[in-house]
Amino acid sequence: MSEKNNYTDANQSNTIECLNISEKRVGLFVTCLVNTMRPSVGFASITLLEQAGCTVEVPAAQSCCGQPAFNSGDDEGTRQIAYQVIEQFEEFDYVVLPSGSCASMIKKNFIEVFKEQPSWQARAQHLADRTHELLSFLVDVCNFKPNGVELDGTFTYHDSCSGYRSLNVYEQPREMLSTVKGLEHKPLNGHSECCGFGGTFCVKYSDISNAIVSEKVENVVAADADYLLGGDMGCLMNIAGKLNREGNQKITALHTAEVLAGLAPKIIGANDAS
Amino acid sequence: MQANKPENFTQNVTDALAQPDLKMIIRRTTDKAEAKRTDAIANFPEFEKARAQGQKVKDHTIKHMDHYLAEFEKNALAQGTIVHWASTAEEASKIVLDICREHKAKKVTRSKSMLGEEIGLTHAFDNSDIERIETDLAEHIIQLAGDPPSHIIWPAMHRSREDVVKLFREFHSDPTYSEEITDLVRSARRDLRTKFLTSDIGISGSNFLLADSGSSCTVTNEGNAELTITPPKVHIVTAGIEKLVPSMAHAIPLLRLLTRSATGADITQYITFHNGPKRKNDADGPEECHIVLVDNGRTKMLAEGMEEMLRCIRCGACMNHCVVYKHIGGHAYGSVYPGPMGSVLTPHLQSLEVANKQTHACTMNGRCEDVCPVNIPLPKLLRSLRAQSWQKKYEPLTNRFFVKFFGQLAKRPQLFQLFSSCGVIFMKIFSRNGWIKFMPFTSGWTKNRDLIEPETTTFMHQYKKLKNLKVMERKL
Repeated sequence: MSEKNNYTDANQSNTIECLNISEKRVGLFVTCLVNTMRPSVGFASITLLEQAGCTVEVPAAQSCCGQPAFNSGDDEGTRQIAYQVIEQFEEFDYVVLPSGSCASMIKKNFIEVFKEQPSWQARAQHLADRTHELLSFLVDVCNFKPNGVELDGTFTYHDSCSGYRSLNVYEQPREMLSTVKGLEHKPLNGHSECCGFGGTFCVKYSDISNAIVSEKVENVVAADADYLLGGDMGCLMNIAGKLNREGNQKITALHTAEVLAGLAPKIIGANDAS
Repeated sequence: MQANKPENFTQNVTDALAQPDLKMIIRRTTDKAEAKRTDAIANFPEFEKARAQGQKVKDHTIKHMDHYLAEFEKNALAQGTIVHWASTAEEASKIVLDICREHKAKKVTRSKSMLGEEIGLTHAFDNSDIERIETDLAEHIIQLAGDPPSHIIWPAMHRSREDVVKLFREFHSDPTYSEEITDLVRSARRDLRTKFLTSDIGISGSNFLLADSGSSCTVTNEGNAELTITPPKVHIVTAGIEKLVPSMAHAIPLLRLLTRSATGADITQYITFHNGPKRKNDADGPEECHIVLVDNGRTKMLAEGMEEMLRCIRCGACMNHCVVYKHIGGHAYGSVYPGPMGSVLTPHLQSLEVANKQTHACTMNGRCEDVCPVNIPLPKLLRSLRAQSWQKKYEPLTNRFFVKFFGQLAKRPQLFQLFSSCGVIFMKIFSRNGWIKFMPFTSGWTKNRDLIEPETTTFMHQYKKLKNLKVMERKL
């Protein structure tokens, strides 16, 4: 990837602010959903982190954060995954994930499965302390303000549960999105209510999940916006998938990072073409 | 309505989701409860402080349970109360029935108590020759309907006003009244009043047991606990041992949390502290007072690291805010206690084998923990029960296989990447116009929603290519 960023050159005023950060190495954990389903979120994350003055590295040996195992109660399986996540990412100054739910897994849950292994628990805690969800990292740690992003239309925002409740992600995406020229916010009724995704829950209890996401879709449609934005691919895929099943092709679901990195027009264009 | 069984959870859920009005019926109660609680908390600036205090009181008492139980027994005995200990539900309900038989009781009045439901008192009476009269209005309705409770605060929330009119016209002494709620209440009041006065024994639950005075506190809005307890000659309290608090001063912050979290009210109409049988100069009150202290799995919870659940003050806020409860309702859980708190409790009251599915019926969204007035980490406790289920192999084989397979891949990143790349190619085969409507192995997803079409290759693949390109550019 490009060395350092163009952001510091283009915006002199931000150079000093970002200087400390630019000395920091960020390990990007793209997450399995972004890796397989939506790579553009990964590239958007790199763009934004570099604009914010970080040196971004993407360790090749990455897979999953371990949530399917953890939430299924498979502690040993979770540990097996956690060992390798810790080994891969502990060398970085910061570990950033474009997902509240995966970030929360590393931040809050790894230490739980190492209760009987103090040395691993210490390493898990060390990693947890430096792990961040992308959107909150950009604002809270990098003090980043997007510049020159444009997107015409209206958006409504779904707050993913892990990001919202466990990592206090709420203001940060809204604050950054407010700088996007031409983009207007439309409030979503029940913005912080679960969409019914819940990882393995949505396939295990598909019908309950369906009832929940149907209600979420009602609210999204009622918000009458062009875009549905959020910070977690799981929720976005769930809501967008239900919208499409119901024949609603008017609303486009995008990860907030895609909008902030200016990738939205390209994605929408590609969708239209297909 | 027959009570559902917890082991039939999957079928119960299917049945619940097939009821066309269920969502509306639940929502009219839970939405109101949510809004009222939000207002009450907004007008209670000390909420967080009270919450921390309440948690501390509960944790302290649970930690020193042996001490406070002994203190409570000593003080209750000194007041003239007869104290009974029951380690199981069966034992507890037998003790109550035996007391009733000893007094040759024909009629007993009961004020609402979930513990009473838990120990099976309702069935025990219905299978005896003693008439059971529920005096809480909602319990009265479900008794007439023959329903199990569907919520721990509003047990009849699944019944509409039209249902109630029908029931009252069928069972009440004078069914000539309008369908107005005030008239319905009047009718219930008239019929229940005569029963209060002719009851042989009054049975109540307890919201708090005060160790330093040996007394019991009840919280109601209808005054039915007071009318259940005072007129009959004998009063029986049934209470879980986790209801203990050191003193009245310790109960106060918990009372403030309880009423606001349950109904959004600053205080209920009645909060009464009952302190043993009638004394010499008392105008009224029972001549004999019993208290049955029930364990039924609670000390086992303490031993198994589930002590945080013993903080629960049964306010129902977790179910009012639970996205799953709101869609399937209380009956689907097949237990006295539904919703998040029920999914943690039922495995301990019955067994994890019969109630492990409920622990998985949760999206781990954390709202229940957010609103819990005593900070019970419900998602964490549910997950720890899932870990027990996993170890005991209660999980269906297909789920175990999927999770293990995925785990084996995840710990081998190279293989994981290869599998992801193959996955993308596989998904592409089934994609049409940007969406997948059907694909093998994903019916859980595609049954109800479409799957977005992935990009051409995985992120890692694209990223590596781009990186190599950059390296080449630099070399040139």
